[in-house]
Amino acid sequence: MSALTGSFRRRFLGRTTEVGRSTYGAAAQPAAPTDEVAPVDIAPNDPLLAYLQSASGAVDVDVLELDSPALAALKAAGVKLAVPLVSQGELIGVLNLGPRRSEQEYSADDRKLLDNLAAQAAPALRVGQLVRQQQAEARTRQRFEQELEVARLIQQNFLPKQLPDLPGWEVAALYRPAREVGGDFYDVIPLPDGQVGFVVGDVTDKGVPAALVMAATRSVLRASAQRLVDPGAVLERVNEHLCPDMPAKMFVTCLYGVLEPATGRFRFANAGHDLPYVKTAGGSVELRARGMPLGLMTGMAYEEKETVLAPGDSLLLHSDGVVEAHDPDGAMFGFPRLKEAVARYPGGGELIDLVLTDLRAHTGPDAEQEDDITMVTLARTAGAAHDAKGSVPTHQLVEFDVPSAEGNERLALARVSTIVAPLGLSPARLKRLETAVGEATMNAMEHGNGYRADQPVTVRVLTGTDLVRVQITDHGGAPPTRETEVPDIEAKLAGLQRPRGWGLFLIKNMVDEANETSDGGLHTLELVMHLVDPPVARGEGDDDDDE
Amino acid sequence: MTTSELSTTVRRRDRVAVIDLVGGVNARAEHSLDTAWAEAVRELPDAVVLNFRDAGYINSTGIALIVGLLAKARARGVPIRAYGLTPHYREIFEITRLADFLAINPDEDSAVRGAERSST
Repeated sequence: MSALTGSFRRRFLGRTTEVGRSTYGAAAQPAAPTDEVAPVDIAPNDPLLAYLQSASGAVDVDVLELDSPALAALKAAGVKLAVPLVSQGELIGVLNLGPRRSEQEYSADDRKLLDNLAAQAAPALRVGQLVRQQQAEARTRQRFEQELEVARLIQQNFLPKQLPDLPGWEVAALYRPAREVGGDFYDVIPLPDGQVGFVVGDVTDKGVPAALVMAATRSVLRASAQRLVDPGAVLERVNEHLCPDMPAKMFVTCLYGVLEPATGRFRFANAGHDLPYVKTAGGSVELRARGMPLGLMTGMAYEEKETVLAPGDSLLLHSDGVVEAHDPDGAMFGFPRLKEAVARYPGGGELIDLVLTDLRAHTGPDAEQEDDITMVTLARTAGAAHDAKGSVPTHQLVEFDVPSAEGNERLALARVSTIVAPLGLSPARLKRLETAVGEATMNAMEHGNGYRADQPVTVRVLTGTDLVRVQITDHGGAPPTRETEVPDIEAKLAGLQRPRGWGLFLIKNMVDEANETSDGGLHTLELVMHLVDPPVARGEGDDDDDE
Repeated sequence: MTTSELSTTVRRRDRVAVIDLVGGVNARAEHSLDTAWAEAVRELPDAVVLNFRDAGYINSTGIALIVGLLAKARARGVPIRAYGLTPHYREIFEITRLADFLAINPDEDSAVRGAERSST
């Protein structure tokens, strides 16, 4: 007899001469070695299957005429009688019998006996088949779950055990693996001079292979970060290390950034990863930097960009499990929604919680998570920052917007002057700061915002024990320096330079420091004045009788 | 915001033309300055004196306008003087080197006297 399996691969193992000596599939014990014949496969499209399915009882093989390879094989094996085993209308096996040892034909009683036997054996055989099938599935499931557990262990073992405690910053992270465990990872790397490296990445594929590549990537990145620091150079080196051993069709997307907690400076490079968002006073913007995923090809260069996270700003690094989560209709959560969430919500752990809430609302509360979800946030607390040297805490005094319209620089300088005046800056230096603020605001309105009414200039005033900072932000983005020509009055009088072009020159000469930063979407000029006059003055007296 | 436009008046003190500047010297001051300059040099003065005593806010565009006046003055061979500048704007005139091409006096009398001395 041969039992039918779900795949309809039929095997003929036994040759019987009497009814009682038939065998049952692969698990049956043959009556004697001489009774064994070669297995017979019955293909799913073999007409013998349909014939046996519809047969009312034992079938005489010798007289059956079908264009059937299986039938030919049965005949060749000496099978005389084929008794279909049918359970609940499904053909689940065939009882094959050879000639009787008495060399007589099978009688009507024999056939009746065989039919009765088949009718009783079929359900039992079916039960046996189902038990074996369930056992096989259970073994497969167990093996799969074990693999997933291994993948989870690898990934969780390589995630940071704790996040750094950075004064003036809130750092939060979430890693939530999907059931099948994707290749997400994140890392936080202590670097020289108090800098901190932040990594978020995603390995293509899932399970153990992705976890192993993730572990290798993390290790190489950690080692490279200590030696090189510059984010672009770090990713370049990691790529060179990964390429030779990267399995086929696998690669790693990764964003690596280095934060100077004291100043808020954040330098970053991107190997094809989803762009991070930063929330600023002007809304949320993407931090763009170009670069190919890691492990695809050698010789890749990674563009390096930087931005400054001001007090109140927050940065979100994330994996595609967030934006690619689908709702029941198949619509993705999407980048615009995440960008809006970053703009609308507070930073830090609260941002992560609120994004997760939005995600649940989008996918439905009972939906299975499709992919790993990873989020890392850096939020610079609004009330406490550090100065450029990282030693003196500063506090934000005010933040306000100035509509981009001609003449409005005077609004900015008047308000800054009112805010700063009580801090103890000498009247002469306060006048210089006013002029610098006026010029910077004018530049921001004209060159950065093109005097567009819907794009205001944002002004922040921060102070510490010995300095005041004024940050002026427009929507002009790169390049950071707009006036590259050093004004030369003789050249201007000779008509060799245009009469204008004094703005940045004045700014730089009016304040102690002027630092420009750009993240591609926003451009910020930070003016720094120390409250105490520097020991070497530029020749001015305490000229406080101004205007 | 609308900034107050610059208003100007031109006076004569002997062979010297004095331009009184009242208001902000910025982009909106260009027409007033040009008009005043044309009137000041009509009678071929020995010098032109700019009175900044009532001038308020001067920005980089205002500096550029003053550079423009200096260029015109140089072309006509007419020296320019200034008085009434606050210490802050005096510093700016020095930083920008406007002060190298435009004598700065503390008051009108000394400016006029200086102009007369230079022309003799």
